[in-house]
Amino acid sequence: MNGRPDILEVRDLYKYFPISAGVFSRHIGDVKAVDGIDFSIRQGETLGLVGESGSGKTTAGRVVLRLLPATKGQVIFDGHDVHTLGPGDLRRLRREMQIIFQDPYASLNPRMSIGAIIGEPLRIHGLARGKDVDARVQDLLRRVGLQPYHANRYPHEFSGGQRQRIGIARALAVDPKFIVADEPVSALDVSIQAQVINLMQDLQAQFGLTYLFIAHDLSVVRHISTRVAVMYVGKIVEIADRDDLYDNPLHPYTQALLSAIPIPDRAVEIRRKRIILTGDIPSPVNPPSGCRFHTRCPVAFDRCKVEVPPLQTYAPGHVAACHWVEEHGGNAPDLTAVPAAVA
Amino acid sequence: MATTLVPGALTAPVPDDEFRLERHGVWKRFRKHRLALVGAVVIILIALVAIFAKFLAPADPNYIDQVNWQGTPLAPGVAHHVLGTDENGRDLLSRLMFGAQISLTVAFSAVLMELTIGTIVGAIAGYYGGWTDYALMRLTDVFLSIPLLPLLLVLTAIVAASSNKAALGFGVIVVIIGGTSWPAVARLVRASFLSLREKEFCEAARALGNRDGRIIFRHLLPNAVAPLIVQGTLEIANVIILESTLSFLGFGIQPPTASWGNMLANAESNMAIAPWVAIFPGLCILVTVLAINYLGDGLRDALDPNMK
Repeated sequence: MNGRPDILEVRDLYKYFPISAGVFSRHIGDVKAVDGIDFSIRQGETLGLVGESGSGKTTAGRVVLRLLPATKGQVIFDGHDVHTLGPGDLRRLRREMQIIFQDPYASLNPRMSIGAIIGEPLRIHGLARGKDVDARVQDLLRRVGLQPYHANRYPHEFSGGQRQRIGIARALAVDPKFIVADEPVSALDVSIQAQVINLMQDLQAQFGLTYLFIAHDLSVVRHISTRVAVMYVGKIVEIADRDDLYDNPLHPYTQALLSAIPIPDRAVEIRRKRIILTGDIPSPVNPPSGCRFHTRCPVAFDRCKVEVPPLQTYAPGHVAACHWVEEHGGNAPDLTAVPAAVA
Repeated sequence: MATTLVPGALTAPVPDDEFRLERHGVWKRFRKHRLALVGAVVIILIALVAIFAKFLAPADPNYIDQVNWQGTPLAPGVAHHVLGTDENGRDLLSRLMFGAQISLTVAFSAVLMELTIGTIVGAIAGYYGGWTDYALMRLTDVFLSIPLLPLLLVLTAIVAASSNKAALGFGVIVVIIGGTSWPAVARLVRASFLSLREKEFCEAARALGNRDGRIIFRHLLPNAVAPLIVQGTLEIANVIILESTLSFLGFGIQPPTASWGNMLANAESNMAIAPWVAIFPGLCILVTVLAINYLGDGLRDALDPNMK
């Protein structure tokens, strides 16, 4: 798996949303949604991007696709810097990179039939014409587990899971290499989640797709990801191979996050120690100094308040940004031994 | 050939030969709307009468029946005048038929112009936002603040000075009405677009590589069409009335040419003794406006796939 080339590389990416106020729309601050992140995704893998609500993971996905302009930084996809392309080149590149949205009710145009929704990308990129469009649409519908006759229907006639399949078919229509899946199953019932996740995995195998899978459900991420990146208030705090991250989390935030996963075994579940963080996720308008997690970290010390920890490699493919880990020779803190942090 | 990738897919399989791509959902839904069908038929009939007025009208609309006319309007049925005559002894039915040509053309072309300008301005302002929005909306405010009647007075004076005509031509009236009444439409469209552009399907359209123009007209506009149709149908009525106001004040369609508006306006002096001279053009306007409203209702529902 490690031998594959990178398909996407994100370098020092920033996205600030300016806040203005008053009669003259004075610029009074920024929402620092993405505040300097670096990661890369290898061809054919799935990178899970997890974090709390407000950690900037959805914004990161949008900026990677240039659905939002970046404030600073580069996104290199297949050798092209996505954020410096002209409008024509950008449209051509859109064929290669697609997105699956979170809300299957809002992401399909209510005035367009399913056939028109899935057929449109084929037409605008000149991938098919006339009768061929219909044939391709039918084929795509079958591939996502729907029926050809559904092409005549409208979005409101479908359930959430079916709509998500339609969204997947639309993304697949242009035959992309890379798909950003922005919480594709968080709006669905648990039983339907499994179906959609399985579908995404099947399609990945069939078409050799690469996913950036954004989610807050850690079990889902564990199931689908090759590697996982953890985000906290606009920064990535840890990236590792899936099993490495789940079995041996280094960053205290990752540990706290993972301890929140319920275990479907009553005997284990009642003995499970949870790490309870105090306070809320800080505002991205005014992120804490130094390490952003120091306000809630059970093992934070003085250095954490002033110095921003850089991402450092502690094991092959395992990077984390934590002063504690650095000063303890790459060992993770045992948060369950800190009385204040355990419930 | 159906490959179901997921066990227990959500849908029952249907044989492929039952599948046919349909592209006429709008007509199918419209057909179910009885009143709208009636409205459409009435509009078509009125339009046909207007178009073929030359052949259908019993008399020349400007011919004065000097034999029977005694200075006051003739009552319906008197001397072969089915609907009577106006205050100048001209056949009312013929004038209504020819008047329909003017009134309907003015109304439809002015409203079409109004909707076109308003939609384009509102769509661009709402979709792009920011400075574009600000500039276009201030322009809209400027147009909104122009009082129509003084403008017409000034224009008439200019036209009269530059040519020998004392009144504005038909085309000029259309341009003036259409060119000044679009701000309401622009605001309507802008408001819809401001909310629509934040929807995920708009973002999806961009992610697929659609050009802005296509997103505006193919993805967003169809979702903003319901209030537009209502506004359009109401405006047809408004323009017919406005044209009558203009005619009444002497700036509209000039006598002897008939329009429903100036017929209504001229009937005023004889209201007490000859009410039919006002009632018939009034009825024509009423029926047309009603028919258009029903037609608009049906169209609005037919264009919305969420309606059964």
